[in-house]
Amino acid sequence: MTIYQVALVAVVLLPAVGAGVVAVFPARLDRAARITGTAFAAVTLLPIILLPFARQAGWTAYTASPGALRPWTEVDVSWVPALHLDFHLGVDGVSYPLVALTGLLTVLCAAYSLKGPGRALIALLLVLEAGIAGTFLSFDLILFFLFFEVVLLPMYAVIAGWGGDDRRRAARKFVLYTLFGSVFLLLGVVTVAVSAGTADLRELTGGAGLDRTTQYAAFTLLAIAFAVKAPLWPLHTWLPDAHTQAPTVGSVILAGVLLKMGTYGLIRVAVGVTPQGAEKAAPVLGILAAAAIVAGSLICLRQTELKRLIAYSSVGHMGFVLLGIATLTTTGLQAALIGNVAHGLITGLLFFLAGAIKDRAHTGELADLGGLRETAPRLAGVLGFAAIASLGLPGLAGFWGEAFAVVAAIQRGGGLWTTLAVLAAIGGALTAAYFLRLLRRVTHGPAAAPVSPVIAGREWLAWAPLAALILAVGLAPALVTGALP
Amino acid sequence: MTAQSVDHVSLLPLYAAAGTAVLVLLADLFFGRRVVLGALTAGGIATAVCAIVVGGSRAGTFCAPGGGACSWVPSPLAAVAAVVFAGLTVGVLGLSIPSLRLGTAPTGEFCFLLASSMTGGVVVGYAGDLITLIVGVETLTLPLYLLVGLRRFAPGEKVSTAPASASITFFLISVVSTAIALLGAALNYAATGALHLDRLLNATGPFAPVADAGVALLVIGLAFKVAAVPLHAWAPATYEGAPLPVAAYLSTASKLGGVLALAAIVARLDAAALTAVLAVLTMTVGNLVALRQTRMVRLLAWSSIAQAGYILAALALGAPGVAPAAAYAVFFVVLELIAFAVVVALRPPGADGGPLLAYRGAGRRSPWLGASLVLAFAGLAGLPPGLAGLFAKVTVVDALIDNNHGWLAGVVALNAVIGLAYYVRASALLYATPERVGIAVADPALLEAATHPRLPVSRAVGAVVVAASLVAVALGFAPQVLFDALG
Repeated sequence: MTIYQVALVAVVLLPAVGAGVVAVFPARLDRAARITGTAFAAVTLLPIILLPFARQAGWTAYTASPGALRPWTEVDVSWVPALHLDFHLGVDGVSYPLVALTGLLTVLCAAYSLKGPGRALIALLLVLEAGIAGTFLSFDLILFFLFFEVVLLPMYAVIAGWGGDDRRRAARKFVLYTLFGSVFLLLGVVTVAVSAGTADLRELTGGAGLDRTTQYAAFTLLAIAFAVKAPLWPLHTWLPDAHTQAPTVGSVILAGVLLKMGTYGLIRVAVGVTPQGAEKAAPVLGILAAAAIVAGSLICLRQTELKRLIAYSSVGHMGFVLLGIATLTTTGLQAALIGNVAHGLITGLLFFLAGAIKDRAHTGELADLGGLRETAPRLAGVLGFAAIASLGLPGLAGFWGEAFAVVAAIQRGGGLWTTLAVLAAIGGALTAAYFLRLLRRVTHGPAAAPVSPVIAGREWLAWAPLAALILAVGLAPALVTGALP
Repeated sequence: MTAQSVDHVSLLPLYAAAGTAVLVLLADLFFGRRVVLGALTAGGIATAVCAIVVGGSRAGTFCAPGGGACSWVPSPLAAVAAVVFAGLTVGVLGLSIPSLRLGTAPTGEFCFLLASSMTGGVVVGYAGDLITLIVGVETLTLPLYLLVGLRRFAPGEKVSTAPASASITFFLISVVSTAIALLGAALNYAATGALHLDRLLNATGPFAPVADAGVALLVIGLAFKVAAVPLHAWAPATYEGAPLPVAAYLSTASKLGGVLALAAIVARLDAAALTAVLAVLTMTVGNLVALRQTRMVRLLAWSSIAQAGYILAALALGAPGVAPAAAYAVFFVVLELIAFAVVVALRPPGADGGPLLAYRGAGRRSPWLGASLVLAFAGLAGLPPGLAGLFAKVTVVDALIDNNHGWLAGVVALNAVIGLAYYVRASALLYATPERVGIAVADPALLEAATHPRLPVSRAVGAVVVAASLVAVALGFAPQVLFDALG
């Protein structure tokens, strides 16, 4: 076993072990448990940093050609042969940025919770990290499904245990809705595994061993499953409730990486394993994507609550990611990939900020906020930065994913795709409209609620890395994907 | 004609189980309670060991002169089933110890009946003909009629007729179902002349309708035993009235016996359509009704009805579905035993399951018990951390899709969503914060601790919770062990 293989397993194992260790701490050592948990999250970054050194031939950019799965390193151990299940982990250019994002956000959230409400939350964050990283690293379909399910109950517990007033209903809606999606995933992956006789993603990528009918059926099942998770319009209705009620760290993880399991699955599993199905369904996906972008933006224009607005903005951003995927071109898929990471960074930061504002003002209603520029200028400044990044200003991370999704749609050509590109561009303009409206309401105007301008150290600690990465990815998108063509 | 040669080695599990029953009876006559309990525990372990030693590949015994057609057939499934029955018996005994100590049931009789029931379970697994099969099922259930009603009340304790009425309900339904199954076997025998399982064939010719009717009656009669909808109405009432450990035995061992008997029939005879209909009805109705339950045992009863539906779905495939159904049943009984064990641990000795609200905050007061119950509920819902339950679901869905029953796989999967709704509600209740009281209280947690004291958990019950949880976790990480044992 090479050191890289050890690192690969450690990315999943360390947080899981950490969660177990934190869970057995007695209640009187609460603070020690929280520090231990954060330390585990931080240590998990080490194998994540180590992984890129495993690649031999530069960043393996995604190409739409079959057989594109060239992992930098992989581990393959037989687990349950009766169910086609191998413990097969691997990492490549598609999954690595998302794994790194997961590790980063978990550390930030754990550190943010150091002074917060207890060790169980940190244990749950670590379980979530193990599940999400495992999903991104799985090279076996059944294993992918297994990790996909791991996050369900911990996220439920985070929302139901630490959420707002209406948390129980929101948590139940989240868990039932997403399990409903997972049901389709289970049917999809088992259909593929049974038809092809293997669940190994390396063998399956490119659609080998699956006839056309199976591919159509499997793609439909998988696409619905991932559409619920991502979530893609019109299957998004669980998202606003979950976000509004979730605690700050829950929202950050949910928006930052949990939703990415859907889009990642769409790229890696649905498009990767059933390319013929994807080809057939591409126009439908494209239309849904454009609808999501426009509908998401229009809904956002009417939102009156801060976290709800940010939650709905995710619908629009995920629409851009879906548009990129639906084009099935290399440009589009790279746009989707970078859009994924950018959205994780920006929305993560936005939810941290929304949490900070709600903690101080004790309300998230836009009507009751205002004048943040005067009462808490630094907070207003960071919020402005994040909002501008989210609306896609060139030079910041949000720009590349959205611009190139539109470019990819234009490149794809034809009346349909050109129309979709135009619609998406209009939706992008609407994004600017609602974020500027948000800034006008929150930062400008007369000071409504007294807001403490003091920003705690843990808040700077959580915001600074995200802000820096937003800038870095904006200036050098090659950090996420190889040089764009 | 020479005397039939009998292979006593392959009969060892039966000797061990039946011997245990006799031993327990004698021990009760001459020694104290401790010896009786020890005898049953040792007998259970001996039965499991014998089953493992005999294994699943030995030739059958009590065979017809022509060869083949044996009445006692060791198979991998039979060996696994015997081990599971023995384990469940010992587990349920452990759960009963606090109430036996309290004197709610006479120890000797209780243990003898439990051992007899275990003997019946062992017979069901090894049965090679319909008569042995039905005798086995009856030996499994007959002691349970008594166990359900066996409840002594301390002087001054409020006397309840619930156990007696539960016992009568169970007895009446069971007798009727046995009669139906026997009628089915008789009709099938009249039409085809086959009693041995390996000679059972789908009938052709003029008697085919009679044979088919026989098969249908046989399946319906056995479906009563697994509480399949619409033949399920006895189960919630019986579970609720029975003492908790006996309810645990009913929903695990008794159900497993029914599943094995059904599997023996559907593997050879075509009852796919009937079984599929039963499966869809059972899981859907079970889950929907479970949503509205407010009492813990009734919730578990309805959920175990729904779980039986998933097993029936696999059995609707016929022979290819037997191994997945058996695997699901084993995963299920382990998780169900954890759930019941935790319920026993959280309630005072001899008490019933109580309303769901009685469990509010229990997970915060007893973190380990709460974690075990969450493990069991998550597993029953088919989600991590209950990996055993996840693999159970995947096994059944895999088999269904592999055999072109995608629609049934879809029904199973959608039912899992409904199921999660009540499992998650019950699990969340374990960690809910104290209810707000009408008056101002300085510390609601303190008030809750006073009104919901943390009960001491007896060592035996604790051991059962730990052992069952460990088995569930082990099966979750190494399910291949079970698949290998069944294959």
